[in-house]
Amino acid sequence: MDLKQYIDLAYIVSSILFIFGIRMLGRAETARKGNLLSAVGMLLAMVATLLYKEVVDYKLILVGVAIGTVIGWVWAVKVQMTGMPELVALFNGFGGLASVLVGWAEFEFGKNTDLVTQIAVFATILIGGVTFTGSFIAYLKLAGKMSGRPTLFSGQKAVNAVLFVALLVLGVIYVMNPSAGLLYAIIVLSLALGVLGVLPIGGGDMPVIIAFLNSFSGLAGAAAGFVILNKVLIVAGCLVGTSGIILTIIMCKAMNRTFGNVLFGGFGAAGGAAGKAVEGEMKGVSVEDAYYVLEAAQNVVFVPGYGMAVAQAQHAVKELGALLEKNGAEVRFAIHPVAGRMPGHMNVLLAEADVPYEQLCEMDAVNPTMGQVDVVMVIGANDVVNPAAAEDPASPIYGMPIINAHEARTVFALKRGKGSGFSGLENALFFRENCRMIYGDAKETIAGLVTQFKG
Amino acid sequence: MDTLILLIFVFVLAAFLGFELIQKVPSQLHTPLMSGSNAISGITVVGALLACGVAEGEFGKWLGFAAVILAMINVVGGYVVTDRMLGMFRKKGK
Repeated sequence: MDLKQYIDLAYIVSSILFIFGIRMLGRAETARKGNLLSAVGMLLAMVATLLYKEVVDYKLILVGVAIGTVIGWVWAVKVQMTGMPELVALFNGFGGLASVLVGWAEFEFGKNTDLVTQIAVFATILIGGVTFTGSFIAYLKLAGKMSGRPTLFSGQKAVNAVLFVALLVLGVIYVMNPSAGLLYAIIVLSLALGVLGVLPIGGGDMPVIIAFLNSFSGLAGAAAGFVILNKVLIVAGCLVGTSGIILTIIMCKAMNRTFGNVLFGGFGAAGGAAGKAVEGEMKGVSVEDAYYVLEAAQNVVFVPGYGMAVAQAQHAVKELGALLEKNGAEVRFAIHPVAGRMPGHMNVLLAEADVPYEQLCEMDAVNPTMGQVDVVMVIGANDVVNPAAAEDPASPIYGMPIINAHEARTVFALKRGKGSGFSGLENALFFRENCRMIYGDAKETIAGLVTQFKG
Repeated sequence: MDTLILLIFVFVLAAFLGFELIQKVPSQLHTPLMSGSNAISGITVVGALLACGVAEGEFGKWLGFAAVILAMINVVGGYVVTDRMLGMFRKKGK
């Protein structure tokens, strides 16, 4: 066997490690080991690649690897758990951009000019470019550096459609007759498509688009694999691409929407917030009065949402949960699959705050028991507890699975002000007889309750 | 052409495998699964290494160099952040 075959063998081993790694990531007991396995697979693939006889400039490679490792490491170690969504988006974008550069570099070398390579170069740059700028816009939205709301302008869909068609046409011309000018045009338009594609998506749709962009970064890698005819890129990229699609589907189902609707809907900003007008009025309650109810409660469920992340209230919430438990109440956290701004967002925050694992419950586990719950504390969640989704067929969110907070005896909803949620809908829950609003910063409210309990 | 067919073959099989691999994931693992697979998508680093390591000092080499840096941020950052998260989860497992 010559060296190339040994390299291929190493790639097979690293593909197997990726496969086991992803599989183990899907189970709580094995997840950490799975992540480690896939990291070993990555290291193996990299080392094997260095053995190619074409690779001679180790010095430059070493410098690049060192710079990237240090930056990635420092960011990953320093990030607060509240900053996790934007960091994941940012990393994802870098992967996409790296794929673009790989495709571009291959064009510059000009070794393979056959049809298939050119198609692959085009696909890599298109997918990678959209991943890069799309993720970057998502990063800006999540980090609060630009408005998280959908940004819409008239004719947006038409502009995006024209852009996409133009890209395809340029792609065909490029594949037939490759030239640098065309390639640059394709790069620029792909980057523009990523920006314009993600701008109209905002707020509660973020988990879907994050999962989707994650999938796309894998596909960009797989496309790059076709450019340089490398099997490990194809296998690993494709695995990420498809498992990302599964996650995207899970997120869409949790909102009872199709992916196309998320992508093109511009939900919430369209203005046509239909549905029945909500009758009645929201009734406020003081922290002190809320304390008396909580003090007597035997069964308490917390429903966290994005507002908890914004207020950084997770530690205070954990403390309140512990005090309630000491007071003899059963305490659970009901977590909606799309609560927050990325898949699993609330779980990460609550785990960081040391909330016991057993208290974190999925929506389907909590809902059947809602009738026995004395108090539901809604902390910065909105649409995921809106009973209109179950009861009002005219509501834009009708059909979306919700946490049935309204079935509990008492609901306390912590909210900054009287405004409506991301979807622009009035929340029917807040007008119910059994619901009381506690206005103000969630963290301060919870801290106030904690003081009452201790006092 | 033979190579291409083989690569398409690999791609299709990997796609089916990917769909089968992750069917029911508990929601507390959604974030780690995403950031962990995000790190794997940094596999494009292999292509970056090949481009960066070539002898000739042309433009493409520098594109490869930039790609190595970006892909390594993706790879290292992705794995480390995932490990941190899963470490927090496990503390509570006992």
